[in-house]
Amino acid sequence: MLESVLKTIYVIWYRELIRFFREKSQWAGMIMQPTLYLTFVGTGIASAMTFRQAPGGAPVNYLTFIYPGIIGMSVLFTSMFSGISIIWDREFGFLKEILVAPVPRWAISVGKALGIGTIVSLQGMILLILSPLAGLSLTLWTGLKVLPICALVGFAIGLLGISIAGRMESMQGFQLISNFLTMPMFFLSGAMFPLHSAPQWLQVLMVIDPLTYGVDALRNAIYAGIPEAQAMLQHSIAYDLSIVSLFAIVTAATGMTAFNRQG
Amino acid sequence: MSIVIVDHLVKRYGDFEAVKGISFQVDKGEVFGFLGPNGAGKSTTIKILCTLLTMTSGKALLNGFDVNREPLKVRQSIGLVFQDYSLDDRLTAEENLYFHGMLYNVPRALLKERMEQVLAMVELTERRKDLVRNFSGGMKRRLEIARGLLHHPQVLFLDEPTIGLDPQTRNAIWEHVLRLRDELGITVFMTTHYMEEAEHCDRIAIIDHGEIVALDAPKALKEDIGGDMVTVTTTNNPQLAEEIRQRYGIPVIEDGTVLRMEVEDGASFVPRLAVDFTGMITSVSVHEPTLDDVFLKTTGRAIRDELLDEKERFRQRRLGRRRGR
Repeated sequence: MLESVLKTIYVIWYRELIRFFREKSQWAGMIMQPTLYLTFVGTGIASAMTFRQAPGGAPVNYLTFIYPGIIGMSVLFTSMFSGISIIWDREFGFLKEILVAPVPRWAISVGKALGIGTIVSLQGMILLILSPLAGLSLTLWTGLKVLPICALVGFAIGLLGISIAGRMESMQGFQLISNFLTMPMFFLSGAMFPLHSAPQWLQVLMVIDPLTYGVDALRNAIYAGIPEAQAMLQHSIAYDLSIVSLFAIVTAATGMTAFNRQG
Repeated sequence: MSIVIVDHLVKRYGDFEAVKGISFQVDKGEVFGFLGPNGAGKSTTIKILCTLLTMTSGKALLNGFDVNREPLKVRQSIGLVFQDYSLDDRLTAEENLYFHGMLYNVPRALLKERMEQVLAMVELTERRKDLVRNFSGGMKRRLEIARGLLHHPQVLFLDEPTIGLDPQTRNAIWEHVLRLRDELGITVFMTTHYMEEAEHCDRIAIIDHGEIVALDAPKALKEDIGGDMVTVTTTNNPQLAEEIRQRYGIPVIEDGTVLRMEVEDGASFVPRLAVDFTGMITSVSVHEPTLDDVFLKTTGRAIRDELLDEKERFRQRRLGRRRGR
């Protein structure tokens, strides 16, 4: 039984990667979108407004501030929308091949979410090449810390995407619901503006947004060794990762039952 | 020895009873066919036996495992080829097989050998590294059959395996299926619309409105009809149908533009008919009963009508897909 479960998780993960590497356009989109956000939106906002900076007047550039947030955004979007492949599989019949296999269905969700986690961690690594644009020079060690953070956030949100897609019939339905979730998650995550300068009611919403902790974990990793940027952090990396892990447990509970009732 | 045992199987959707308590058994090593119009309950029954759908009541054993209680063991015992393609067309033929082998826990040492075997069996060895999206319909079907056999199932389910394929490909697929039965002793459980295909089955069950209306070897079913089938075209079908019924006391079925009737001896009946209705009959043909006739007799409908519907449905689905639905 255990062997069969591990094989299932492995082969579903493997297929996810093969499909990803064969689709060249996905690569382009994955890098283009964050680059545009960083250069156009980031630079635009930075010059339109005087960034009121961190408490204590730490001299942090706005681009430096949003850079980890942009990585968080890419991870969020990529992992959430990866769930759409389930709807494609349903449409093209391949899902049936998976559902009639003599394997527990939760293993299918786990394999898929691990695949998504792997892909977004690669994506996070690639986005590190944009760091000079944000006025940062990163070390290899930083890169190695970003990798598991992206993987964990991607795994958790990937399962959320799976739990939605597994219960949806149509592409449009999935897009509607996942947009409805990703947009507020992104806006309230502290990716674009800091929590401490937001009004009280907004802060409350930001505190309950799980992505807030993912972005804060990325800031922890990326700002390591930059004393003036430390004021932008809210929690320790351990605290952030604990919250994200808790979130992953919740999404796993819903994602792992996504295929249970269907045929 | 029975490998599939179905006992008073019922499937209800709200008030609608899709399968009305059917019972039958399939022997090990036989090719068993399900024949029936759309919505007769064929696919529903197959889905229940494959554990994709739960039954309302009844009992079904597959390879000795209870379909309700041991779904994973049942799934391990069966191979499936669905009505619609179920391959990942972004993967190669080999990758699709590898994926399947892993899901069915085929031991690593055996997997490579089995993949080569099944690919050779369906003559796709040379295309094994090609993406499935570049395959023709017939090649995809063959690959699916190969995949269904990879884990050496006891029963291979084929749900309309040849739909939308050209006659040559259909024949080729049949050759493969029959060879499997002969070489591996595998049991094949299939549904089909094509009468000439049903002829290949060892036994067929004709199912209509959720009930089995006939179950026997094709030859026996045809012999049940007894005599010969006479098909007549006339100048006025409804009127003549009535008159023939009254004069000879036999049932006459109006089937599209023709009248069909079953008589004991065609050679002596036709001359009488021609004399009795001189000038009203435009053509007569006599033939031995076919499964078409069996179907017509047991369900009151011709399967050709169903076939047309099916083709139309298939075409529309493909169009819909091309539009990127």
